[in-house]
Amino acid sequence: MTAPIEDVTPAERARGTSFYEASARTRLELLLDAGSLIEFIGPEQREVSPHLETFDLPEQFDDGIVVGHGRLDGTPVFVAAQEGRFMGGAFGEVHGAKLTGLLHAARQIGSIPVLILFDTGGVRLQEANAGELAIAEIMRAMIEARAAGVKVIGLIGGRSGCYGGGGLIAGCCSALAVSEPGRIAVSGPEVIETNRGVEEFDSRDRALVWRTMGGKHRRLLGAADIFAEDTVQDFREAALELLGLLGPVGTFGLDRLKAEHERLADRLRRFGACEDAIDIWTAEGVAHAATVPELPADQFIALANRIGRTSRDAR
Amino acid sequence: MEDLSFRHPARARADGIRRSAIVGVVASGNLEVLVERVLPDAECAVEIKTAAVGFGEVWSAVIEDFVERYSPGGLKFSINDGGARPDTVSLRLAQAVRLIAESGQ
Repeated sequence: MTAPIEDVTPAERARGTSFYEASARTRLELLLDAGSLIEFIGPEQREVSPHLETFDLPEQFDDGIVVGHGRLDGTPVFVAAQEGRFMGGAFGEVHGAKLTGLLHAARQIGSIPVLILFDTGGVRLQEANAGELAIAEIMRAMIEARAAGVKVIGLIGGRSGCYGGGGLIAGCCSALAVSEPGRIAVSGPEVIETNRGVEEFDSRDRALVWRTMGGKHRRLLGAADIFAEDTVQDFREAALELLGLLGPVGTFGLDRLKAEHERLADRLRRFGACEDAIDIWTAEGVAHAATVPELPADQFIALANRIGRTSRDAR
Repeated sequence: MEDLSFRHPARARADGIRRSAIVGVVASGNLEVLVERVLPDAECAVEIKTAAVGFGEVWSAVIEDFVERYSPGGLKFSINDGGARPDTVSLRLAQAVRLIAESGQ
């Protein structure tokens, strides 16, 4: 018999809850200290999209993103979580403005880190211009917040992955944690296939999609700092670890951005000629690279730790 | 899109002291229910925005059944519907009543 629900500790609930399957609100409730989440502009305020009605499409009361503050192991944090099931977690005008506002608040306060639980296909097509502007505003707000000393951590493990403008924003974060089903890219599989043909990228080849954009590859390539198992508790521990790793604030600026550009240019020089992710892993010194996609999480984490982490100097 | 609105008398006040709660998500075959404790104890209201046009009679039956079973006095339900089936609607309404009865903000 299973234990009555009140006998289960929050950590046990978080350990037993798939990050991938959970809703944005459930992710936040279990990621943060129990009962500490306070939402800004909650659903009862009905700040819905001003555009969807024009297209005769249903709205969601929170426009697909939960923003607020809470505590992580006692430390105050700002949080944002996208709901990947509402319009693919896509950025619209209100959705984007909520994240921009959160980052502005973080910049003003300076000492409170921000956790962003990405789950997005990119810009909401029905709000194209407003959505594109939102992406630009968020990136600017994030860079300004980081320049003011704020740590911004991205957590990626949702069903919509982190695509389009979401991929650009993730690239601006101080650090990222990703799980195997979490995918990070700008152009998604179907977009690449549509524009460049099936020989360039077969979007129906799930193994190809996962080893090109999935969490394992992003971790091995240095785009993500931590590979997390698909539980909310693992993401909680990853967030705590990253906040600890990032060290003292106030070191982000132009020099750091230049170092990051150099790191990316170097990565392109090293791996630009590779045809497949497996070639990259082999070039990185991974033995039996073709078996990486099948590795269980614990074995993969041990492997990734042997390969090492991206130098913190570049982010 | 179609807007529907229902009002029912309720036998008793719904449990709990929480002011509002939300369940579900707006997606194909799914819906979100925002429930707020804003009405007199003997009243209940349900306001629906649905992507599936022409199902007013089904909604009416589902909500009548829900009010009879749960007696959600004092509660206003606001629904954004992505074309959920009646059983999913009943489930979400029941979840909303349960959630607003729990302790919390």
